[in-house]
Amino acid sequence: MDAAADSRSKEMRLRWKCRRGLLELDLVLETYLQRTRYDGELVELLDLPDNEIWDFVSGRRDDYEQRFAGIVARLRAT
Amino acid sequence: MSLALPVRKYDAIVVGAGGSGMRASLELARAGLKTAVLTKVFPTRSHTVAAQGGIAAPLANSTEDNWHWHMYDTVKGSDYLGDQDAIEYMCRRANEVVVELEHMGMPFDRLENGKIYQRPFGGHTQDYGSAKMAMRACAAADRTGHAMLHTLYQQNLRANTQFLVEWMALDLIRDPQDGAVVGVTALEMETGEVSILQAKAVLFATGGAGRIYAASTNAFINTGDGLGIAARAGVPLQDMEFWQFHPTGVYGAGVLITEGVRGEGGYLINKDGERFMERYAPNAKDLASRDVVSRAMTTEIKEGRGCGPEADHVLLKLDHLGPEVINQRLPGIREIAIKFANADPVREPVPVVPTVHYQMGGIPTNYLGRVVVHEGSNHESIVPGFYAAGECACVSVHGANRLGTNSLLDLLVFGKASGEQVVKDLQTSPKPHRNLPKDAGEQTRARLARLEAAGSGERVADVFAELRRTMQAHCGVFRFPDDLAKGVERMKAVAERAARVYIQDKARTFNTARVEALELDNLVETAMSTIVSAEARKESRGAQARADFPERDDKNWMKHTLWYKEGNRLAYKPVQLKPFTVEAFEPKARTY
Repeated sequence: MDAAADSRSKEMRLRWKCRRGLLELDLVLETYLQRTRYDGELVELLDLPDNEIWDFVSGRRDDYEQRFAGIVARLRAT
Repeated sequence: MSLALPVRKYDAIVVGAGGSGMRASLELARAGLKTAVLTKVFPTRSHTVAAQGGIAAPLANSTEDNWHWHMYDTVKGSDYLGDQDAIEYMCRRANEVVVELEHMGMPFDRLENGKIYQRPFGGHTQDYGSAKMAMRACAAADRTGHAMLHTLYQQNLRANTQFLVEWMALDLIRDPQDGAVVGVTALEMETGEVSILQAKAVLFATGGAGRIYAASTNAFINTGDGLGIAARAGVPLQDMEFWQFHPTGVYGAGVLITEGVRGEGGYLINKDGERFMERYAPNAKDLASRDVVSRAMTTEIKEGRGCGPEADHVLLKLDHLGPEVINQRLPGIREIAIKFANADPVREPVPVVPTVHYQMGGIPTNYLGRVVVHEGSNHESIVPGFYAAGECACVSVHGANRLGTNSLLDLLVFGKASGEQVVKDLQTSPKPHRNLPKDAGEQTRARLARLEAAGSGERVADVFAELRRTMQAHCGVFRFPDDLAKGVERMKAVAERAARVYIQDKARTFNTARVEALELDNLVETAMSTIVSAEARKESRGAQARADFPERDDKNWMKHTLWYKEGNRLAYKPVQLKPFTVEAFEPKARTY
């Protein structure tokens, strides 16, 4: 696969991974993806359960792993 | 695409991996059937995860309770459109399915004595509608749906259920001889490959389709795929005019603002700053029932007293409560308002509109989860090989209006019942797979080929936005005759546009644009069935509230609507008023 096709595929995969069970996350992630095509930290964050991600993004909880500090801050600012 | 589609064979296929799909697949896998569960997203990200309230079951752990009281509440809540055989069946199996879930490891809240804690919920009473509330809702904090999905997923892994994750079902394959369902076509997103999944039983558990409204609490995945697929295959959709609305969704986003806000003293105002609920419900005011508040909000907007540049919403005022009350007693609300309405409720009111929440209608089934259609004088003719459960199905236990916490119960009882029925049907008279019809997959190939070939046309996002606006404006929580009639015409125009959509991205692998175009077809069928059914029903019952026919009309309208895609036509069938073992509950005025 050439580099352009590879990056398109990664972007599309992330786009679909942003389809969630909670509307709150759909909305935040939709807005975030309008500005950012790809974000490796987000890919990893999205493996967490929906409620946990929403707790972090909405500021209800701060006990996320350090590796998520950057992406949580970016999503909170979205 | 001229080559034949690849075929995979299973005993049973479940489409959808939310609460009902995974409860059903558990029965199938445990029985040793070769089962595949197709799901657009990872199972624990299904929309069931959003359910907070609880699961209704008359365990009587805190207050006296029994299934017959629960049945009465459900029949009354349905505004007498629910089928009383199915309602009896559901209420009688409620304790069993909840205890089973407990034994699977579901982390229910507990009483001091170790039993499941139960809380009261609107519409659930003791002693056939007395003023005493029944404590019937079993919950895992405010994360009941989440806990249920995780529990069922773990059990399915243990039972070796095969999940096909990021697969989308596209069309049904039916045997032209007798209409039996023999499989589905499906798209694997990763590769872009379309396959035929051949099976002896196909069970739909695709959930609701609340995305047809501009204001919706539903996640983006709720596009009514099962409904669209069924309708295109000639199966009618039942009671689609009945959608439950929540009065306070954030304007423009749909995210719910809990009733608790009004419970704490928040109230609604129109553009003149008037607390308008005082006019509509002088006693209960902003705490009147959901439908009363929603209708009042719609009336304010319709009569020109809405807020904002489009005068299309009202405001929820809570700044007078002070930051302490807002922060301490209404956790999460401030974050939601700031994030989705750009309004800090400590200082300014939050824009809100009535927002669609739950679909009572769906694919017609009997209480065993078998899909039934209307043929001649037989209202319950079984479609061999086809089953449905959960929000996509219309059993009908919710009738014209669902009670809170009965939806998770519905998922469990009818997920299990439909799974049991599939096992019974496949094991009592084992038969080989039927041959696929010659044109199997042709419908799907034609849809995909059109998308592939189209170099210009309508944009999916534009048509989808117009569909949602149309439904919101013409078929919302309070329905007016002119709006409905014009709305049907406008939806026909939307459907014509949807047939001309094109996508720029033609890549095979992970093409989300293609997926969204295919979802649009399902949204169109769902929306069309809703507005045509609503226009035709000349009465108000449960969630259908018409300005021109404000009363329930049992003489003419105590019947189920059936909408057929072919000819965009309607038929009706009687409500099942006879329970299995008890006397019928006769219709009465539904007052609380």
